[in-house]
Amino acid sequence: MSGKPRLTYLNGRGRMESIRWLLAAAGVEAEVYLETKEQYDKLIKDGFLLFQQVPLVEIDGMKMVQTRAIMSYIAGKYNLYGKDLKERAMIDMYVEGISDLMQMILVFPFSPPDAKEKNLESIKERATNRYFPVFEKVLKQHGQDFLVGNKFSWADVQLMEAILAVEEKIPAVLSGFPQLQVFKTKMSNMPTIKKFLQPGSPRKPPPDAHYVETVLKMFK
Amino acid sequence: MSAKPKLYYFDGRGKMESIRWLLAAAGVEFEEEFLETRDQYEKLLQGGSLLFQQVPMVEIDGMRMVQTRAILSYIAAKYNLYGKDLKERALIDMYVGGTDDLMGFILMFPFLSAEDKEKQHAVIVQKATSRYFPVYEKVLKDHGQDFLVGNNFSWADVHLLEAILMVEEKKSDVLSGFPQLQAFKARISSIPAMKKFLEPGSQRKPVPDDKYVETVRRVLRMYYDVKAN
Repeated sequence: MSGKPRLTYLNGRGRMESIRWLLAAAGVEAEVYLETKEQYDKLIKDGFLLFQQVPLVEIDGMKMVQTRAIMSYIAGKYNLYGKDLKERAMIDMYVEGISDLMQMILVFPFSPPDAKEKNLESIKERATNRYFPVFEKVLKQHGQDFLVGNKFSWADVQLMEAILAVEEKIPAVLSGFPQLQVFKTKMSNMPTIKKFLQPGSPRKPPPDAHYVETVLKMFK
Repeated sequence: MSAKPKLYYFDGRGKMESIRWLLAAAGVEFEEEFLETRDQYEKLLQGGSLLFQQVPMVEIDGMRMVQTRAILSYIAAKYNLYGKDLKERALIDMYVGGTDDLMGFILMFPFLSAEDKEKQHAVIVQKATSRYFPVYEKVLKDHGQDFLVGNNFSWADVHLLEAILMVEEKKSDVLSGFPQLQAFKARISSIPAMKKFLEPGSQRKPVPDDKYVETVRRVLRMYYDVKAN
């Protein structure tokens, strides 16, 4: 196995996207795209998927599953996890909070048509009343470029991903959040993130009908 | 803030129970403040103690920590229950992720309608016996050691024991096809700190009842129907 991780997932965002973001710093060897149920069943039969689920990331001789476990490992390995236990605690708290918001976006394409408007409203409400105010305040209070310890970390990557994902649904969502606007610009200019945001990167587009169909067929 | 960690939650299991287990396993004494009224909750909110307006919240080492996973990771690392290196931590994280998903099916169970409860009961048993228990059974069989990771007691062991007991409460003979897990359960239960936690009078909480459900709904104003996942 080469130095770089190998990702196995559907050809779309889902739970793998946050991992792709985090690996933007490290680079990815290859991605294997699951397109059919047969491929998925074979992976299970061959014993690749510990709990019969993807994402799967082959990294450093391990077949890692469980999104959080994978991201914690990557963050630890690439020095994106703070300098001590307390900074790690802060990063974990922020990442977990953002992850709750991202979960709403993750399931959104799968909500029935008559629930979509309500769910979109919930995403907007949570983003603007629960999550974004927290990070706006954190950045305002310490006046630093990064969320934790004056250093680029997993928390910054995760927040950046979340901001862009929410903006895709609610374009003006940052209008009440000047600190987050500045943060978004700064993160966009970090070299590895800048590269990830350019066409041709491993970044996946927003889920479309084809992606939803593939998921439903594969995991029914 | 006292020297002991202080837990803010309802007087019941919910998302706080895994934290109680882990603190107990680490031999750490803790205090609890139980949310009983909406007023208490609003007071906590207004005081700015709840980062994302949610409990669990644990006051520990000068921090007001929220987010169950963040709290558990901090405790595990602080009390040396998180493996000896990054790779052992990765394994522990993977295993805990699995038991967390399994316990997730049980977490919302008390809030389901009677009809959904019946369906969910079957789901819990099916997932436990065909997706999760076989994994840990195999891990233990393959390495033949007493603990899941690195031949050392860790968060993964505590979490698995908690999960096993919770599933057994739903189906008492659920471990019948899993001899390794039966031995594991006996072994981990007899570790002094765990034994103490399993005795009456400890801070372990009982199976959620109607009163618990009512309290949660009242405090959080969570009156909508909870759907099974």
